[in-house]
Amino acid sequence: MHAAESFNLRLIPLLPFLGAALLILFGRRFSRQTVVIVAAGAIAGSAFLAFTAFFQALPGVAEEGGLRDVVWKWIATGDLSLDLAFRMDTLSGLLCLIITFIGFLIHIYSAGYMEHEPDYARFFAYLNLFCGSMLVLVLGDSMPVMFVGWEGVGLCSYLLIGFWYSETANATAGKKAFITNRIGDFGFLIGMFLIFQVTGTLRFSEVNALATPGSALMATYHGMPMAFWIGLCLFIGATGKSAQIPLYVWLPDAMAGPTPVSALIHAATMVTAGVYMVARLHALYVLVPAMMAIIALVGAATALFAALIGFAQNDFKKVLAYSTVSQLGFMFAGVGTGNFTAGVFHLYTHAFFKAGLFLCAGSIMHAMSGSGDITKMGGLRKRTPWTHGVFLVCWLAICGVPIFSGFFSKDAIVAGAFATELYGKAELFGLSLAWVGPAVGSILLLAALGTAFYMSRLYFLVFSGESRADHETQHHIHESPEAMVAPLVVLAVGAGLGGLIGAPWGLIGHPEWNLLGEWLTSAVGPEMEIHHTTELAFMGVSTALAIAGILIARAFYLGGYRAPAQQFAGAAPGLVKAAYNKFWVDEFYDAVLIRPLRKLSSSLYRVVDRILIDQVLVNGTAAVVDLAGRIARTLQSGDGQRYMAAFAIGAAALVFFATRPTLPAALKVNVSGTTVTVDASRTGRPSQRGLTYAFDFDDDGRPEVKGVASEARYTYETSGTHTIRVTVTDPRWHTQSSIKSSVDLDAAGKK
Amino acid sequence: MGILTWITLLPLAGAALVMLVPREEESILRGIGLGTAIVTFLASLFILSDFDASKAGFQLEVDKVWVESLGVHFHLGIDGISLWLVLLTTFLMPVTLLAPQAIGTRNIRVRDFMVAMLVLEAGMIGAFVALDMFVFYVFWELMLIPMYFIIGIWGGERRLYASIKFVIYTLVGSLLMLVAILYLYAQYHAATGSFSFDYVALSRLSLPFEPQLFCFLAFALAFAIKVPIFPLHTWLPDAHVEAPTGGSVILAGVLLKFGTYGFLRFALPMFPLAADATAPLIAILAVIGIVFGALMAYVQSDAKKLVAYSSVSHLGFVVLGIFSMGQMGVQGAIFQMLAHGISTGGLFLGVGLLYDRRHTRNLEDFGGLWKKIPIFSACFLVIVLASVGLPGLCGFVGEFLILLGTFGANKAWTHSGMQGFFPMPRLLTVISASAVILSAMYLLTMTQKIFFGPLDKPANKDPHVRDLHGREYWVFGIIIVAALGMGIYPQPILARSEKSVAGMIDSFQARLKDAKANPQAPAHLFPANP
Repeated sequence: MHAAESFNLRLIPLLPFLGAALLILFGRRFSRQTVVIVAAGAIAGSAFLAFTAFFQALPGVAEEGGLRDVVWKWIATGDLSLDLAFRMDTLSGLLCLIITFIGFLIHIYSAGYMEHEPDYARFFAYLNLFCGSMLVLVLGDSMPVMFVGWEGVGLCSYLLIGFWYSETANATAGKKAFITNRIGDFGFLIGMFLIFQVTGTLRFSEVNALATPGSALMATYHGMPMAFWIGLCLFIGATGKSAQIPLYVWLPDAMAGPTPVSALIHAATMVTAGVYMVARLHALYVLVPAMMAIIALVGAATALFAALIGFAQNDFKKVLAYSTVSQLGFMFAGVGTGNFTAGVFHLYTHAFFKAGLFLCAGSIMHAMSGSGDITKMGGLRKRTPWTHGVFLVCWLAICGVPIFSGFFSKDAIVAGAFATELYGKAELFGLSLAWVGPAVGSILLLAALGTAFYMSRLYFLVFSGESRADHETQHHIHESPEAMVAPLVVLAVGAGLGGLIGAPWGLIGHPEWNLLGEWLTSAVGPEMEIHHTTELAFMGVSTALAIAGILIARAFYLGGYRAPAQQFAGAAPGLVKAAYNKFWVDEFYDAVLIRPLRKLSSSLYRVVDRILIDQVLVNGTAAVVDLAGRIARTLQSGDGQRYMAAFAIGAAALVFFATRPTLPAALKVNVSGTTVTVDASRTGRPSQRGLTYAFDFDDDGRPEVKGVASEARYTYETSGTHTIRVTVTDPRWHTQSSIKSSVDLDAAGKK
Repeated sequence: MGILTWITLLPLAGAALVMLVPREEESILRGIGLGTAIVTFLASLFILSDFDASKAGFQLEVDKVWVESLGVHFHLGIDGISLWLVLLTTFLMPVTLLAPQAIGTRNIRVRDFMVAMLVLEAGMIGAFVALDMFVFYVFWELMLIPMYFIIGIWGGERRLYASIKFVIYTLVGSLLMLVAILYLYAQYHAATGSFSFDYVALSRLSLPFEPQLFCFLAFALAFAIKVPIFPLHTWLPDAHVEAPTGGSVILAGVLLKFGTYGFLRFALPMFPLAADATAPLIAILAVIGIVFGALMAYVQSDAKKLVAYSSVSHLGFVVLGIFSMGQMGVQGAIFQMLAHGISTGGLFLGVGLLYDRRHTRNLEDFGGLWKKIPIFSACFLVIVLASVGLPGLCGFVGEFLILLGTFGANKAWTHSGMQGFFPMPRLLTVISASAVILSAMYLLTMTQKIFFGPLDKPANKDPHVRDLHGREYWVFGIIIVAALGMGIYPQPILARSEKSVAGMIDSFQARLKDAKANPQAPAHLFPANP
């Protein structure tokens, strides 16, 4: 695909990066106002560029792959050639709009919310850094460039969760988020390696273009197509970033960060990166319905599971956090059923209503002297009217009440799950998957009911009835300043009406009004065809469920904890306790993974590294050498008597060896018949000291010939083999040497 | 006198100059030491500008007869592999000497310290550019002596134990290498009738499998100890913990790279059959080192020891990349050597600064320091992230290329009887990639213990615990700019080593093919590259 290269896309992420750099280097010298101007200005500029690119430069080239901007060759060696390049098609463009628009609102809100924060510049620097990284993530032209943003947002998340680092718990939550995300990144990396090995490229457009049924991606590997394994590895990455089962545990803890951060990072943008990635690689994923089924099922299961935990949480932000986990599950169910447009649609509506909800939470906590305990709230409708109004709109949106944005997007996902034909012939290791679509749809309906219930519980407990707070706190309750209220109102408008750009206008005969579907067609393919009657039927069902959920919650919690709520809690104490304790998943991970790893490491360190390797192998070897040295050292004692003794012994030994009569290396034996002649003289050196020679021809200890001659002759009586021993004696020193040799008369005779 | 001779001898000249200054003139001594290092660095930039990246072979060669009767030449030269390592050396040395903590807390004998550091620099540069095995060995051992003194004189409490362990361990390896060098020298004479220690000549010598294996093992042992490869690594934590900051930085930043450089320059090209046969084994040891080092780092309470074990883990990646025997893997290994020099050098500088302020390295003694010293904390965090391998910083590029290269290494390894182990490179990659998680665990845990949490310990509130000032800004600023630059725009580095690596791999494969065709051929010369 050819992409136009006329737009400086690099400026979109670069502006926030420059803002961050400026604030990091000089922020401490800036006034608060300057800090906000730099930070918000950078995002505003970036938003302006993104909107210009999306609405002016992109429409003409959307079909040809969109805008592309190559900064420079990044990593190129051997078969790998990676550009540091950005690409904007309608999908990444839409995400850019969401990020810069909501990012800007949250910068404005933060200016008010963080008013009393001494570390003002650091906060905005991180926020800018985050926006830049998020924009790199969505604009990345290839997987490694996306990975830069992917890790960058993880870093900012780490920094911002632990923003108030003086509390160890906050710093620990940040670390937990980073490490859990790294587990996902591990999968992402392996997925990249597999893609590169199979296709030889890491660019999204090329991978998608190569993802055809006949390609190498469909070659079977361990019973499933390669694309399945690739998809699985990448999806592990997505479960980390987008907080899905089994890696969702970091997101609720991430609420330790300042609330604007929770709204921007942990609701509207970063956590949707996994959904974006799956949509980005849509062509690869639709190749293997089995993989899609896993995504859809994990999404649906997460949606329901997190909603259940949300029932029993008493911290405002924790409820919203589990709600986010649950809503992300909806998005995965959407993309997993091949309904990419619906998944991205929900991503977009969720960004508005969930950011709105979080910012309301911030506003409420601001009013409640920082506390987020909903058991101590109530009656805030009158005291914080603007916040209440915004929350009301966002609440109806997330519950799925008609006309509000969440209604359309959630409905598109649910109806799509029932209508999908993706799994018709799909198999996972031989298991038929035709049941997945309806199963996912049913679970989602249950989750939608749950969502309506726990969100209404939150609404009623916070806003209805009378305040349950102590007198001191009640006295301080106030509406937030304009800087915080204004962004809230904008978000409420989006949460209320934003769904209209993706609504199923086809039902009333105007499919062309569905702008979102039209935009996304060039990036993720056309919208899923859903029969009008199916669509309408599910609209009815979801509306009924939303209202049912709201009504049950009303019966339980309107005006405070009412009798039915207490009866219910009394009837199923185990369930409530389990949900309150988040089903002990954190404790389980700690006991099964974290502590064993630490234990293993410390015992490896003590036993293998210190003792086995260092003490035994290394110092052991040294000790052997050392021991040898010590033994040798005892000889060098400095004791004169010992030296004299050693000298005497040595001298005696020397004399003994020096005076031993010398012998030839071998006897010279001459055989003729049975007569042998033996010569024991050393060649060329006649015996000089009057040595005596004893010749023992049968080696029986009785020499047959004795005398001073070094040569002797002997005749054997029998043939065969005989041993001859010659002993030489020096008569002066009485030292002897002897040598022997054997002779075979038969063999000699034959010669 | 070529540029290579100049930059090799410049530090020695500086050392001589230092010795002429009275020992009381500490600031002059420091100035000369730093000045020499800076001039050497600037001079080394000429190599960069004169270097022609489109050529594979050695460039800027200097070849003078040294000992004619033995065939020893003073032969220096540089290619894309040694180019960056020389620059790493000349870059890290001034940065280290710039840091006020380089000499350690035993702030004694400044003159001797400067002499030791400059002689060390000369030894390192010389060993990287030497193309004569005799000259190489001289420089190789020359490095050892100053480092022995640096640990032994300016080190911590157990400095004698650590320095002796370091020297003996390293010597054991290098003596075997010397034997192998002499064996090659003799074999070369037998095959050609002339005496030569020349690297290019000796590396053309093709030996039968068994002598090749023994020579390879002798070289490999020397290099494996230097890297260090598991399980030969236990001298490293001791040496690092006891060495003064400057010693640690140079030890981790440059000296360890001689192990991996040695594999790349000598062990692989000279003994292709043996290298090929042992590659899977060494790769497995490298992977064990990656995971084991990370797990060890995870349970350390001494910050310096933690960083030392993280080096074992990071260098494991380099070895893995080299033995993947492919372009991406080897390129990644070279890049990772440089990145590790920057990031781990930075970590040691940071830990040194902390020790200077707090007189402890025990992680439990810190806490909440971000509040007290925010600028340093931010700098340290950036270096930690570079070491974790965050994309956009230097650590990512090398790790990524190594893992990507190893993942596809089954192509390279099919030569070595590993066909039956088709999934093995993939398996090894997956295991090593787990370091992505582990490195975040140990480094972020360290960061948290030092900088986050409440600032409640009285010793941490002491006014003596002050933020960066003066030259320290430069030290950390330079390190961070380097880490960022290498992460965002690594291509200029990769491009300059591309041809040399490709040439090395090609000739390795060609010789391997030749040797496989006739494994029992007596020692002979492989034809020179056309």
